[in-house]
Amino acid sequence: MQHEGSVRQNEIEITEDLTIPKLFYQQARKYGKDRVAMREKEFGIWLPITWQDYLENVKYIALGLISLGLEDGDKVAMIGDNRPEGLWAEIATLCARGIGVWLFRDCLIDEVRYIIDHSDTKFLFGEGQEEVDKAISIFNECPKLQKIIWDDPKGMRNYDEDYLISLKEVQQLGRELEKEQPDLFEALINKGQGEEIALLFYTSGTTALPKGALLSHHNMLTMGQHLMAVDPCLDTDDYVSYLPFAWIGEQMMSISCGLQIGYTLNFPEEPETAQENIREIGPHVMFAPPRMYEQMTRTVQVKYLDSTWIKRKFYEFSTYVGYKVANLKFGKKPVPWYWKALEWLATISVQKKLKDHLGLSRVRNAYTGGAAMGPDHFRFFHALGVNLKQIYGQTEVAGISVVHRNGDIKFDTVGHPIPGTEVKIAEDGEILTRSPSVFLGYYKNPEATEKTLIDGWLYSGDKGFIDDDGHLVVFDRTKDVFTLKDGKPFAPQYLETRLKFSPYIRDSWVIGDKKDYISAVLCIDYSVVGKWADEKKLNYTSYQELSQMPEVYDLVEKQILQANKDLPDVAKVVKFINLYKELDADDDELTRTRKLRRAFVEKRYEDIVAALYSDNDAVHIDTIIKYEDGRQAHIKTDLQIRKVAN
Amino acid sequence: MTVSNEVGEGEVLLELEDIHMSFGKVAALAGISLKVHKGEIHSIIGPNGAGKTVMMNCVNGLYHPQKGTISYKGRRINHLKPYERAKLGMSRTFQKVEVFGGMTVLDNIRLGRHIHLKSGIASGSVWAGKTAKEEIEHRRFIEEQIIDLMEIEHIRHKPVGMLPYGLQKRVELGRALALEPELLILDEPLAGLNLEEVEDMARFILDINEEERWKITCLLVEHDMGVVMDLSHRVFVLNFGYMIVDGPEVIKAYLGEEDLYATRR
Repeated sequence: MQHEGSVRQNEIEITEDLTIPKLFYQQARKYGKDRVAMREKEFGIWLPITWQDYLENVKYIALGLISLGLEDGDKVAMIGDNRPEGLWAEIATLCARGIGVWLFRDCLIDEVRYIIDHSDTKFLFGEGQEEVDKAISIFNECPKLQKIIWDDPKGMRNYDEDYLISLKEVQQLGRELEKEQPDLFEALINKGQGEEIALLFYTSGTTALPKGALLSHHNMLTMGQHLMAVDPCLDTDDYVSYLPFAWIGEQMMSISCGLQIGYTLNFPEEPETAQENIREIGPHVMFAPPRMYEQMTRTVQVKYLDSTWIKRKFYEFSTYVGYKVANLKFGKKPVPWYWKALEWLATISVQKKLKDHLGLSRVRNAYTGGAAMGPDHFRFFHALGVNLKQIYGQTEVAGISVVHRNGDIKFDTVGHPIPGTEVKIAEDGEILTRSPSVFLGYYKNPEATEKTLIDGWLYSGDKGFIDDDGHLVVFDRTKDVFTLKDGKPFAPQYLETRLKFSPYIRDSWVIGDKKDYISAVLCIDYSVVGKWADEKKLNYTSYQELSQMPEVYDLVEKQILQANKDLPDVAKVVKFINLYKELDADDDELTRTRKLRRAFVEKRYEDIVAALYSDNDAVHIDTIIKYEDGRQAHIKTDLQIRKVAN
Repeated sequence: MTVSNEVGEGEVLLELEDIHMSFGKVAALAGISLKVHKGEIHSIIGPNGAGKTVMMNCVNGLYHPQKGTISYKGRRINHLKPYERAKLGMSRTFQKVEVFGGMTVLDNIRLGRHIHLKSGIASGSVWAGKTAKEEIEHRRFIEEQIIDLMEIEHIRHKPVGMLPYGLQKRVELGRALALEPELLILDEPLAGLNLEEVEDMARFILDINEEERWKITCLLVEHDMGVVMDLSHRVFVLNFGYMIVDGPEVIKAYLGEEDLYATRR
């Protein structure tokens, strides 16, 4: 393979002095107007934005913020989709010596209020009408908040609050300030020091209110450098930025790595078009939480079920070969020539096309992290020939600390620590990390900081061990680990991800800590099961009705039997129930990154849990649920409890 | 926004005078008169079979009334065919979506640009020079003005027949807008939509009525009283061929204050 670009990770020396704005300024002047820094799809066309444009936009926003009264260390929050303006706002904040705070776009008003208030945010960048509405409704409750800045004019014609200002006006203020003080921007950038706080990042928190992690410039930059030392990228590479900026993984890829390497960031047209846009770009590197890969797997499985006999046979052949070859590689065994020949056949007949459809045809390294990924999903991608790697990290290390290396991939581990990072296991099994990327502490929460940061070691709250090959195995969140009937520890996530490998099951929740047997609460995938029911000529009107059909229970039972296979008897699912609704982050059942909030659901559905461990074969539900559009519905139903015929 | 039916202010864009339309012995419209003012949203309500759709069909030329005058911008248009009225700046959507199911969203909307195509058959058949340039301009218009407004970026290359009903309605509205009309006739744009889709559609209607770019006068037939009262500048009530009222007080009396918003729960 020939690359025009150069491997650059060694060229940037990270000193105590270096900050994100300094690096940004350096790169922008180096690449100038000859190189595309980012692209955004607008009106059906990919519009390029050069480093020169990038620099100018950032400069005027930064100066605009200064002219609005931003002072050193003031917090500036951002909310909205992935788009150039969002990133400009963040870099501009850092250039103006502020601290960036990102919010998830789908945050409910209460979450927005909590974060804006807790972080003492002074300025808020919202995208358009929706974000502005949210901000206006909390404006009076957040006394520190002074201005709300918006950039999408759609629907904004009737707003006249004096604390609203458009991004264009902010940039205009910046231009005026530049005329008065032409050297100000550079002076601001040169003032920065590496150990200063760059970002205040709120963790999603499966257990409690979000905590604000303080990350320095040095944290972010060393993170990018260490990851890129493992898997170098080129400045000619493409990366698609479509996951929320409020997720540390996206910050790591777009800013920590993106600025150092100088690869092109691509922003999709709309969130709904992301998958299609990824295919158009064909990124070289990808980092996504397991749910994105799970979604891809589901898409392939569903299309497979839908396709014609001959296509199914080809697919079966290619996956058979793919799995065989992947297993040989996992076992570090040589691949015999005849398997290589078959692999070639599988590649040209199915896999190449399939990868293209998933947007993975050019991917050199695909990473997954943020939550546990099931071995089934993991093998699926390797069988397809995608170099998928697990990573392990958290917001508190500004991204990741452990990653798989090429040719040394084990699907039940997360690999080796990245350079500059030490990982050890405490006596009770907790994973501890030490590296230059470990965060500075939690904002306004010294107790939590004391518990998490001890002698420079980060106490992760995750349990794990290091295996014979030196790979880290992450077991589960410490508090989530089950004790089975035979006294052995058991990670519920393992079983949950196995269950989710079925295209019919969207979410799963496994119960059984210190109980006689394991049971599961499952959420069917409405569209996939719905389609299956249509083909079987089964009538239903709602999710709730569909989930309770005996035929659907039979279908789900089959999926459970598949997941139960090869598990010891005590770890098998014995009873299950189909929930009447999907688990939702808006109901606090999942975090914004779609992790199950176990303690919360256990409390909320305590009747169901009790019924699963009684002799009843149904549980009565009488509850009110709220739909996303604000309507409420009274649900009165009996949920069936099914015993699996193991 | 307040509903007021006082006739007077504003330029009259469309005027119906004493319209009679019968099918056999059934008088669907028996002497209807109304005025539609420029820049406003006018709604017509009434029970099923009241003649609302017949009236719309008369306005846009699918039906020709037996008696009465239809004038548009002061000009009598009774004799004009639908496509001639379209050229005058009138477009519509239908109660049951009338889209070309086998064509893509983009092609459906392109069709709405038909009346703005200037190049002839000769240049069109070789697709060069003027036609190619024109095509690009139309595509730009569609992308920047319509697809962006209707928020249908994710489906632009999908065949319309495969889309859910709510999206088909949006595509149909998009096609009607592609004509760049001055008067837009919307025949039950909200029927069969769920609450979220209703809210989106109501927002689009307000956008095309209020945005400087569009400023389109809308004639709306709708059963959803909550939305009608929220959107409209004027409301007419039609009852089996007769215009019985045009005033908010009477509407309240007719429907009851509480029922106004009880239509969609």
